[in-house]
Amino acid sequence: MNKGMDRRTFLKGAGALAAAAALPVGLVEVAWGKKPGETFTFAYISDAHITQISGPQFVKNFDKGLQKAVLEVNFMDPKPDFVVFGGDLAQLGKKEEIDHGLEILKDLTVPVKWVIGEHDYYLDLGKYWQEKVSPLHYSFDHKGVHFVVLNSILTHDDWTHKRWPTAEERMHQMARLDNPEGSPFMVKDEQLAWLKGDLAKVKKDTQLVVLSHSPLYKVFKPWNFWTDDAEKVQALLKPFQSVQVLHGHVHQVLYNQIGNISFNAFMATAWPWPYPVSYNQLPNKVPDMTVFMNRADPFKERDGTGWGKIDIAGNRGVAHHYELWENSSRTVRKESGKKQPADDTYQDPKKRITPQKHY
Amino acid sequence: MSRFALNGAVAMICALLLTAVSARADEFTKDDLKKWDTAFQSVMKEGEKLFHSGTLGKNSVSCDMCHPHASNTHPETYPKFQKQIGKVVGLRDMINWCIQNPQEGTPLLADDPRMFALEAYIHWERRGVKLEPGKH
Repeated sequence: MNKGMDRRTFLKGAGALAAAAALPVGLVEVAWGKKPGETFTFAYISDAHITQISGPQFVKNFDKGLQKAVLEVNFMDPKPDFVVFGGDLAQLGKKEEIDHGLEILKDLTVPVKWVIGEHDYYLDLGKYWQEKVSPLHYSFDHKGVHFVVLNSILTHDDWTHKRWPTAEERMHQMARLDNPEGSPFMVKDEQLAWLKGDLAKVKKDTQLVVLSHSPLYKVFKPWNFWTDDAEKVQALLKPFQSVQVLHGHVHQVLYNQIGNISFNAFMATAWPWPYPVSYNQLPNKVPDMTVFMNRADPFKERDGTGWGKIDIAGNRGVAHHYELWENSSRTVRKESGKKQPADDTYQDPKKRITPQKHY
Repeated sequence: MSRFALNGAVAMICALLLTAVSARADEFTKDDLKKWDTAFQSVMKEGEKLFHSGTLGKNSVSCDMCHPHASNTHPETYPKFQKQIGKVVGLRDMINWCIQNPQEGTPLLADDPRMFALEAYIHWERRGVKLEPGKH
């Protein structure tokens, strides 16, 4: 949203109808570029981490984040064509957590495309998710764009099936981000073979959008900001003219470009994560081009969190809008013909602000 | 002074001197270093466990959920002016703030062994970073 507009205060003080009629500019799809091409918008909500304390008690902070995203996406005008949920609806994969999250998300007035995260998966290996929510990998076409959803949070069979005495223990181990006993995320060969077959039917000049939970490149292995067989996925995406990968997991604004593939990550609705540059004991490969989001203020519960919307602007490129709840919103565009994405305001190092420096 | 008493006094002085030689305050052995490091590591490991436990507060939220490897805690910058509190505070004030707010729990006393353990872990993960008290 625009600087100076306090949406929280605004929504509190206004009736829902009045609020919808006077939405800030940041929520309205804005046409950009000069060349024609079919334009559409979808929203992105991710990493809700709904956490059951016991019985009907859930962590309120995380409920509120997801509820706020649902409310704001419903206020979008024009409506997005659909919403992508980027994974980690639950914290410990429990049915109660998935059900509670779905209860909040059912208020969305547009369809949802689902991506599974490790927190949804490692209790029952995706059984309840597939029964109740969605397949784990699939593809669909929308207004000339081919979308592929991958389950990128698989790992070694030994770790999954032999290492832990119980499913609960396995889930707890995977839920700890900085776990030295953890295991790297993978897409794995079976799904790669499916992807190869799926892409064989798609023309190479079709805009491709790949949705995964983890980044399909390597940022920082100790926190699984990483997919171990990312290069194999990238090799299958390489023949296409324009590929956009959207992912969650990292709870932050993060973007990168590798050849023809643009990568953009979105914030969580639950809490923000530090950039790996903040951990000085181990090296990282955080992309230089990313302008960091502001260091989060712990006293503001929703700071560093939010949701996103993506404008697919035909042959003009893709624009990512980051709706940061306690900061100015940001837009990162990958325009056709440009080699890499750029932030509308802060890409020039001279224009960056002090809170964007992380240490 | 009787001969017996004199002998006793000499023996006592010798004993004191010997004691002083074997335990001077500024001298220690490699075994001592090992012992002290083991003691520290054990407290630090206890801190790591607490930091990841979800038991400090009442809602199962653990410190590492926002601070993997204790990152973004910046122990090297404390004490500092904490703008949200409006005065200069220490790292333990912020630890207690997190226990009370995101974790919905009761603050630890300053001399609670759990507080020392948490501080030991947080500092350990930040080892090697230069001290910059007051930095925001």
